[in-house]
Amino acid sequence: MDFGPFLLLALMEGLVTAAVLALTASGLSLVFGIMRVVNVAHGAFFMLGAVLAWFVAEWLPGPPALAFAAALVFCPLVVGAIAAIADMAVLKRLNYEPEATIVATIGLLYILEQAALSLFGPDARPVEAPFSFRLQLPWFGYSGYKLAVVVAAALVLLGVWLILKHSRAGLLMRATQEDRDTARAFGINVDRVYAGVFAMGAGLAAIAAVLIVPISQAHYLMGGDPLLLSFIVVIIGGLGSLRGTLVAALLIGLSDGVISTFFAPTLAKIIATLVVALVLVFRPQGLFGKRAA
Amino acid sequence: MLRLDDIDAGYGAVAVLHGLTLSVASGEVLCVMGRNGAGKSTMLKAIIGQIRAGAGTITLDGMRIDGLPAHQVPRHGIGYVPQGRRLFGGLTVAENIEIGLMTRRRDVRVREKVLALFPRLRERMGQMARTLSGGEQQMLAIARALCLEPKVLLLDEPTEGLQPSMITLIRDTVLTLKAEGVATILVEQRVDAALSVADRLAFMVGGRVAEVLDAGGLTPDAPAFARHVGV
Repeated sequence: MDFGPFLLLALMEGLVTAAVLALTASGLSLVFGIMRVVNVAHGAFFMLGAVLAWFVAEWLPGPPALAFAAALVFCPLVVGAIAAIADMAVLKRLNYEPEATIVATIGLLYILEQAALSLFGPDARPVEAPFSFRLQLPWFGYSGYKLAVVVAAALVLLGVWLILKHSRAGLLMRATQEDRDTARAFGINVDRVYAGVFAMGAGLAAIAAVLIVPISQAHYLMGGDPLLLSFIVVIIGGLGSLRGTLVAALLIGLSDGVISTFFAPTLAKIIATLVVALVLVFRPQGLFGKRAA
Repeated sequence: MLRLDDIDAGYGAVAVLHGLTLSVASGEVLCVMGRNGAGKSTMLKAIIGQIRAGAGTITLDGMRIDGLPAHQVPRHGIGYVPQGRRLFGGLTVAENIEIGLMTRRRDVRVREKVLALFPRLRERMGQMARTLSGGEQQMLAIARALCLEPKVLLLDEPTEGLQPSMITLIRDTVLTLKAEGVATILVEQRVDAALSVADRLAFMVGGRVAEVLDAGGLTPDAPAFARHVGV
């Protein structure tokens, strides 16, 4: 294949990675931005979404598209509910102290992974894609499902943006993010906002997982890479900045696609880590983050 | 209206209020004065539920509010203008007002009434709160609190760092609210500002009320000010 088409293929692969990464990382960024909680269990919520999608696909008879659509609704709701319970049962009791919540979410990560191992088993299991359409370009054919993942991720992110900027719930979240004590002084139930945000963050990871699982299979340890890449993205983009998260996800996703295709996936991870190091040294607040006062 | 009886409160192991007793009636302006660290702001935080009273009771129209979750206190009609304003700086003026209106189900009538008091805010509705001038920020902080239609208004040093015209506007607003029957607790360091609106003055020393005086007839050179405020 010539260089041009090869580059196009690499960019398309990178775009799929970027789309899923943007969804996953926006959940992490949202939780940190509003709650100031570094959620180490975020990758486990991602994994849970994929594993639940497999269960739904197994148990629901009918065409794969039906099971997939059901998983796309059911998994984020269940994962979000689990996250909300974890928030109320654990994080709230720790008064959202930064160090304590890091330790607590590490514990949550292990609990969720071990629960998945017990119920789901150690094997990677495939989930059938809802459709098998192939886009035929002059140089190569490309999975229509992968392009659908990009469109779906973009629509979900647009929805998140609309909720944050133009809904009552979003206004409550932004006010709580600004100053939780003052928010309480104006009748905002901050505990409920936090539970909702933690659920929303986990739900976004679950949606990303359901979208990607027909491409990458479900496995109880699959949350590690998305967690690491999400941290890379939110550090580069600026913790708590949704815009920064999107830009950094595109940057990391596209570079990952291109470098993995032309060189090696390991090199892509090395370069991403190097970029994080440079950002931490020269712009610790991230590309779009606010400098601490 | 609002009554604090024998309140102990503080921050963790640090006790700030020691048996504080105070009350304010409907349509009354109670000005609380004292040196830095006397516990004035802590008292307001205890009323609004930001810190828990370790002992004593806080009642509003006879109902105890000291055990309520902090977010339920404003729903009972207590508006709070914190020291330093503490606006939601990344939100627009309109959004700050909307936050204030949330307990009033976004009542348009309340919104219009509040904006009539501060017409300049109407011209700034789309502007980020952090970009307003100091005076405009204080207007917004008070407007946001008034959106709660408070029975009791708590003002923590609202004139701090403001120009005279703004101080006059705040005084006029407090007097308008007084005429409407709102009880106001005003924490104030400026003697002239306090005397221009107060019905009574409470002087705090070491976390308790040391002296309460009627404001009528008091002048800035009254010995109480030298004793408790250091002027």
